[in-house]
Amino acid sequence: MGEEEGLHQTQLLDTMFVRGLKRKCFDGEEDIEGTLAGFKAIPSYNLQRQSLLDMSLVKLQLCHMLVEPNLCRSVLIANTVRQIQEEMTQDGTWQMINTQSAGQTSLDRLVSTDILCRSSKEQAEGKLVPVYSTFTKDCEGTQSQDNSEIMSTVTSPQVPKNLQSNMWEMENPQENRGNFQKSLDQIFETLENKSPNTVEDLFSEVDNSYYDLDTVLTGMMSNTKMGHCDLETFPSQTSTNSKSNCKSDLNELDHIVEILVES
Amino acid sequence: HLTVILTASDIISTVEFNHTGELLATGDKGGRVVIFQREQESKNQPHRRGEYNVYSTFQSHEPEFDYLKSLEIEEKINKIRWLPQQNAAYFLLSTNDKTVKLWKVSERDKRPEGYNLKDEDGRLRDPSMITMLRVPVLRPMDLMVEATPRRVFANAHTYHINSISVNSDYETYMSADDLRINLWNFEITNQSFNIVDIKPANMEELTEVITAAEFHPHHCNTFVYSSSKGTIRLCDMRASALCDRHSKFFEEPEDPSNRSFFSEIISSISDVKFSHSGRYIMTRDYLTVKVWDLNMENRPIETYQVHDYLRSKLCSLYENDCIFDKFECVWNGSDSVIMTGSYNNFFRMFDRNTKRDVTLEASRENSKPRAILKPRKVCVGGKRRKDEISVDSLDFSKKILHTAWHPSENIIAVAATNNLYIFQDKVN
Repeated sequence: MGEEEGLHQTQLLDTMFVRGLKRKCFDGEEDIEGTLAGFKAIPSYNLQRQSLLDMSLVKLQLCHMLVEPNLCRSVLIANTVRQIQEEMTQDGTWQMINTQSAGQTSLDRLVSTDILCRSSKEQAEGKLVPVYSTFTKDCEGTQSQDNSEIMSTVTSPQVPKNLQSNMWEMENPQENRGNFQKSLDQIFETLENKSPNTVEDLFSEVDNSYYDLDTVLTGMMSNTKMGHCDLETFPSQTSTNSKSNCKSDLNELDHIVEILVES
Repeated sequence: HLTVILTASDIISTVEFNHTGELLATGDKGGRVVIFQREQESKNQPHRRGEYNVYSTFQSHEPEFDYLKSLEIEEKINKIRWLPQQNAAYFLLSTNDKTVKLWKVSERDKRPEGYNLKDEDGRLRDPSMITMLRVPVLRPMDLMVEATPRRVFANAHTYHINSISVNSDYETYMSADDLRINLWNFEITNQSFNIVDIKPANMEELTEVITAAEFHPHHCNTFVYSSSKGTIRLCDMRASALCDRHSKFFEEPEDPSNRSFFSEIISSISDVKFSHSGRYIMTRDYLTVKVWDLNMENRPIETYQVHDYLRSKLCSLYENDCIFDKFECVWNGSDSVIMTGSYNNFFRMFDRNTKRDVTLEASRENSKPRAILKPRKVCVGGKRRKDEISVDSLDFSKKILHTAWHPSENIIAVAATNNLYIFQDKVN
């Protein structure tokens, strides 16, 4: 027991989250179960619920950057996050994550919590990197701890509140992320132009991602047993989150964001 | 059995027949309104049965920039509603996210000639040359259709307008955005009455938005609005100025066997329409169309599955955002058939009496002029029969969101991205 096992568990948890975050195909069921030998209590459902949560949080984050997001869509996504949160709190998944991150140094914890406490304006002013780094491609190594840290913070019960604040408050111009209308599109356009290969790589990775999710999250609850969903048949209209994956891209993103703010 | 008549322009964002069905208006993403007029039937060409031709095209809305919010306002036409015709001219309302405009569409086929003080080109004549008094006369000229903006109803919506509805008193109309509904008089552009406001004092507590709203076709005091939580509220404007308390609340209890994280999203209502009779309300959510009796609030009297095979794909549809698509729905003239769109350029019709349903496809390849539409079938099981299409090969970028049904005949208009298809009963 003691520190060593604690560390081991943290790493396992990281692996789990990183997998979720990277939206890998979950067809390597044994692989995951092997890795999670110490976590028999967590079935693949939890993993997939986690990645649904991740996906929702990214969508919310993207809404957040727009001056006038589609309000209906934002509200529905926020409600979904809340619902997942409630369920995770009920079945104790959330507490487990929380316990894990409690082992981290208090400084880290403060920093990552700070991300959520920042106003949306501050976040827009080029401080997106911490959040986006959860989707960093090459982050399994040194950054994985940060990732789990961010994720566990993100899954804290206060989150929906924080995420929602200001998100669709449009009547107060000062509160708006003024220069940010359409900035996302511009950012992603720029990213795509500058690193087309990376973007394609990312897409190919995303394509396999939700094979099992549909079956587990929808099929399991409804009694119908449907086949796997082939994501390739769906046009990836909004897999925007995947585009900001690489560290280099992130710096660029940061840079572009600054430029946009200045203009 | 339906035949194809016509195809047209840019990405269409709304389609609407006028009250006689003589005109059909479309609005597009570019802020344009295109009006089609039905050809008069001619005895010489009996096979040409009232085809629709372009009658007038005009730019209804321009892109704007809100400098206070540093926000671009799209020119996209969200909705068009016709006013009942009262003289030779036609009037319609068109709206983008923020501003509603009243347009007058009128014909001119004569022009006055022989003025005393100006010549034919409109230049003033030299007074010394005017020696006699003339009586101006009207001379025939080529038919001109003019569209002129008569009223601009602006600055009343903080959020995006999703619906406009002309009241049966023909003097007022309402405009609904995500959180509020306003009531306007056609003659007054600088003020409107707020009749519904669901904006919480603290926006962090926001969990529900207004998705669509419509006036009752006959009772000018009654209207309904639908919400993102799958509920419909019927309000009576006589009860109070601000209708924050509904008089009826329509909601179906959730089926526990179908519960998933996506339950709320798929129950969000994308369109609400009163039947012509005013007795029923039809609502469209992501997977179904429901018909509600105004006298029964606890469940719909009919539920039709539009594309239930997508139930197992919801996560992917959530990821690619298709799950937030806003499909509309329409009644036929006698309220006996309902129609709504789906993916892969498919649209569905449900006969309420016979309970038969059909899936049809609006596509250039399959529908040459006067061709008969073949019913399509989506295969859900493992074995795919000939002529069936499997769920996995559906094209989710081709969606039919907007359709319209002629008020009295079996003529339908279907907007498929940038094409408008008009289908009608087979010519005998």
